[in-house]
Formats: sequence, C-alpha cells, structure tokens
Amino acid sequence: MTAVQEASPATADVVAAGRRRRARRRLLVHVGLAVAVVVALVLSLVLGRTVYPLSDVVAVIMGADVDGASFTVGTLRLPRALTGLMVGLAFGLAGSTFQTMLRNPLASPDVIGISSGASAAAVIGILVLDLSPSAVSAFATVVALLTALVIYLLAYRQGVANTRLILVGIGISSMLASVVSYVLSGAAAWDMQVAMRWLTGNLNGATYERLLPLLLAVVVLTPVLLRLTRDLEALRLGDQTAAALGVPVERVRVLLIVCAVALMAFGTAAAGPIAFVAFLSGPITARILGPVGSPVLASGLFGALLVLVADFVAQYALGTRFPVGVITGALGAPFLIYLLVRSQRTGGVM
Amino acid sequence: MRTLVALLLVVVVALLGVASVTFGVLDVGWDDLVAGITGHQDTTAQAAVVKRMPRTVFAMVIGAALGISGAVMQGVTRNPLADPEILGVNAGASLAVVVGIVFLGLSTAVGYIWVAMVGAAVAAVFVYVVGSLGRGGATPLKLALAGAATSVALGSLVSAILLPRAQDMQQFRFWQIGGVGGGTWATIALALPFLAAGLLISWASARALNSLALGDELAAGLGQDVVRARLVAALGGVVLCGAATAVAGPIGFVGLVVPHVVRLLTGVDHRWLIPLSGLGGAALLTGADVVGRLVGGTEEIQAGIITAIVGAPFFIWIVRRQKVREL
Repeated sequence: MTAVQEASPATADVVAAGRRRRARRRLLVHVGLAVAVVVALVLSLVLGRTVYPLSDVVAVIMGADVDGASFTVGTLRLPRALTGLMVGLAFGLAGSTFQTMLRNPLASPDVIGISSGASAAAVIGILVLDLSPSAVSAFATVVALLTALVIYLLAYRQGVANTRLILVGIGISSMLASVVSYVLSGAAAWDMQVAMRWLTGNLNGATYERLLPLLLAVVVLTPVLLRLTRDLEALRLGDQTAAALGVPVERVRVLLIVCAVALMAFGTAAAGPIAFVAFLSGPITARILGPVGSPVLASGLFGALLVLVADFVAQYALGTRFPVGVITGALGAPFLIYLLVRSQRTGGVM
Repeated sequence: MRTLVALLLVVVVALLGVASVTFGVLDVGWDDLVAGITGHQDTTAQAAVVKRMPRTVFAMVIGAALGISGAVMQGVTRNPLADPEILGVNAGASLAVVVGIVFLGLSTAVGYIWVAMVGAAVAAVFVYVVGSLGRGGATPLKLALAGAATSVALGSLVSAILLPRAQDMQQFRFWQIGGVGGGTWATIALALPFLAAGLLISWASARALNSLALGDELAAGLGQDVVRARLVAALGGVVLCGAATAVAGPIGFVGLVVPHVVRLLTGVDHRWLIPLSGLGGAALLTGADVVGRLVGGTEEIQAGIITAIVGAPFFIWIVRRQKVREL
C-alpha cells in the first residue's frame, strides 16, 4: 500500500479525501436519524388528544405525580412510544440484515415468512386458547423461533443456499397463512376484530409488561449484530469470496439468522407483524447512505422513526384510529412501484 | 401411456365425485344415491344427495380450471413454482373483490367475477414485471419473491379498507377462505362461459407453449411470435384462475401440484399436459373437499385450506429437489 502512495501521492490524497467524505456522510446520516427518532419520540409523548407541555412530560418521566399527565403520558403514551421505538428498531435491524445477507432487497424476513409463525400462534392464542395478551406474546415468540428453525432445517442441504432459504420460507408462510384463515373462519365477530388488529400490527395493547422481553432482546442482540456487520459486508460479495477473505461463512450466517430472527420474533410478539417496516427500512437507508459501509444500524434507526411517525399518523391524522400496520403496509405497494420505475430508468440491479 | 393416464384420471374423478355426493355429516346409501341423482327428494338422504351434487360439480369445474391455469402459467413463465397463490394473483383478486364490495356496492358473484378477473390480471402483470427486474430476467426465485411481497402489500391494503367496516369484513371473510361449499348450479352456470373461453385459449396455445419451453431464442427461430404467444397463453391462464377465484375464493396450490404430477406421469407435451391437468385438478379439489368434510365434521374445513396444507410441503419438496442454479 505504501508503495502505491509513494508512486502517486495525488491519487492517494483523492482516495483519502473521498474516504473522509463518505465517513462524514455516514456519521451525519446516523446522527440525523438518531436526532429524528428522539424528536419523534418526544413529540409522540407531548402531542395527542390533549397536549401536555414538555415540562409535564419530563416531570412524569422523572417520576413526579402530575394531575392527568401521569396517566395519559406515563401509562398510555410512554409504553406505546417505547414499544414503537423498540419494534421499529428490531424490525429495521433484522430486515436490513436479511436483505444484505440474501443479497436481494425483496428478501426481508416478513416477506419470506419469518414472522408468519408468530401470526399463526397469535391467532390461535387469541381465538382458540383464549390467552391473555402477555401469554399471547410469549407463545408467539416461541412459535416464531420454532418456525424459523424449521425453515432453516428444511432449506439445509449441504449448507443453506440463500435461494432455498427464501423459497422454503415463502412455502411455509403460505401454509401458515391458510392456518390463520382457517382459525379466523370459525371465530366470532368480536374476536375476529381483535385478531385482525393483531395481524395488522398495532401498538394499542402496549404495556411495560409486554415491552420488557423485547427491550431485553434488543439490548442483548443489537451489539452482537453490529459486531457482525463487517462479516455481513463480506457475505455480500458472495459466499466463496467471503470464505476467501477469512469469514467463517456458515457460522456467521447462522449467528446473523439467529439474531435477526429473534429480533423479529420478540418485535412481532410485542406489537404484531407491523407490515413492511423490515422490508422498507433497509433499501431506503441504503439509498440515503450510498454504497459504502453497512446499512444495518441506520436501517434500525429508520425503522424506529417509521413506526413512531406511522403510529402518530394512524392515530390522529385520519379520523378513524387505525392500527399502525395499515399505514406502513399501505407504503408497500407504492414502494414496489418505485423499485420498478427506478430500475426501468437506470436499468439497475435488484 | 397417456391414454391410460387419462382414463385412470377420469375414473378417479368419477369415484371422487361419487364419494363427494355420498360422504358428509350424513352418509348416504346406494339406493338413495341413485334416487337422489335421478331427482327424487323423498328422504333426508336423497335431499342431501341433491344438495351435494352442485357442490361436487362445482369442485370439479373449479379444480379443473385451477389445474389448467397452473399448467399454463408454469409454461408461460417457464417456472416450476408458478401458482396463482405464490405469484400474488390471488391477492390481486382479493383486493379487487374488497374494492368491489366496499366502493362499488357489489354483493353477488356476477359482480365479483369481473372485478376479480381484472384484479388477477393486473396483479399477474405487475408481479411478472417486478420479478423480471435486474439481472437474469424472471427467475423462479425473483418471481416468487415479487409475488410474496406483492401479496403482503395488497393484503395490507385489504385490511386498511376492511378494518373500519365490520359489516363488509363479514361478507368478505366468507369469500376469502377459498372453498366450494357455496357452489350452486347458478354459480356454475355463471362461471362456465369464462372457464370455457379460458380452456379454449389455453388448449389452443399448447403448441406455442411447447416451443416456448425450448427457450425464447429457439422458439423465435422456429417462427414463433414469442411475445404474442406468451400474452395469449397468459390471458387464458388468468381468465381461468380469475373466474375460478371469483366464484370460489382464493384457492392455492392446486395449480402448483397438479401439473407437476401430470408431467411426471406423461411428460412435458402441453397438448396433453393441459387437459390432463384439468382432470387432475378436478380430482384434487374434489378430494380436498371430501377430506375437509370428513375431517371437520359439522364445521367442515374449506377445500382451500386442505390444498394449502398439502400443497405447501409439495412446494418445498420441489424447491429442495431443484439444483440451486436453476432457481
């Protein structure tokens, strides 16, 4: 390397300057997203049917007893906003991990059926077993993890090829979808509404009790996932190239899958499979960041921002109170069309 | 061999037809069966036969349509995984029906049939185009992913429309679980012209599909207008699947499983594959309906659920069997 630098110092300067510029941009994007998330979090505590001054909100968070605000902000808005934040973070991280690992922007965990086990379990838990909300969450987590394991094992044949993993996931998820519609077919109208809301993904049932497992999962798994991003970037070059660069491919892949799947499972259990958060966050942040470095962390931040904003819109902007998943889900079709238009113009790569 | 398979399938369909009329919550004896089929309704058993007959014919017709549509779609896309459920075509039909119920005030199958067909066609084209983006064109993997993503997207729109409208949700949910329990002579008569047209278009495209199977360049070299052949055949497939979905609700995997089995038995010639897939589809859906009734008792399990539970493992089996490079 030094030889090259001595040979053409000008080129080296250009390269170094470019590297600095990109690093600055990365930093800027991350800081910008983090600030936006904090602002969205604070706004969702302050604003609503009743607007509380920031001082009241801070006082409530500090543990003071403020008339009215203690209940509205402390019991209703805070767990809701925190759940939204954590779910968005988890989905964004997991989505981007899968998309990068499988080298396809369409291959996010929600599309390839990782969360379908959670949906089936939740519907059975609500309609057949009549479980309490926190029991439904626990059941959904366990079944989601099992489903992912089954998908992995069925895709395994002398190693897991990305293609097989994706297609087996799609197969399993359509089978589970028919289980869901069978259970729904026998349901009473009221239960049906509850189940449909769960299936769409919503933050109405957010409590500290349901938030806790997700919080723990995010705190434990995020650092692990971020430590793996360098290997993940190598996997993007193809399994063989990554192996040649010294990455233990299968072990890294298993670790990545375990982290991402667990994030999906705990997130889905806390708030339902909020559609397209995992799907959208990765490609959008990758576009903001440009082609350098791993988009995983930024994608997590973007996911959190997306859920917080979408939940606010769903609650207050439309007359009827919708589950948040309706808003994020409605973004899905336009985004697919956007992918289409863009690749028409650039003849780009999927 | 082909004639033998064809005969065998006819016998199987006939036997399943008899089983479908005979078994249920109330099992029917031979005498009542004959009396019922010839139009008598003197005993409960005979009445049951009369009631089960349209349902049975309905299952056969819809199954045949789905089987043929699957064979055509697999031929058009040269894709072993093509199926209306996997490719998001059913989701397109569902969204269209919901829009029809909520915004156009439709409440009858006549109304559903047009909107469902349009929805199915739009979704099919959309998924095909999304799946063809980027390098390598429309590989099975990319088509399946595009179909799954589109299904999720359209599904969200469906719930966005339905969630504030409990009344419409009730109406839609009975349509949405694909089954043949609602089949009457009237719905059969309604769908039949569309299905006949679809069948004719598909069968007429059989030769073209055979040349497409050789690859686009070779087919063009043989004098085939590749684009037109593909469009015409796809039209046949979409009409069949759209009309069947409109009257029966979304039923997955019949179109996936049947052509594969038929191809194993008789080879890849579409002139045989298409009619035999029709027979196979009729057998599968009628069988699924009988099984659903026998297993479920009074709360019968809809045929669409049985086909998904049988079909999804089959799908996974195909995926595991293929070489990775071909996907």
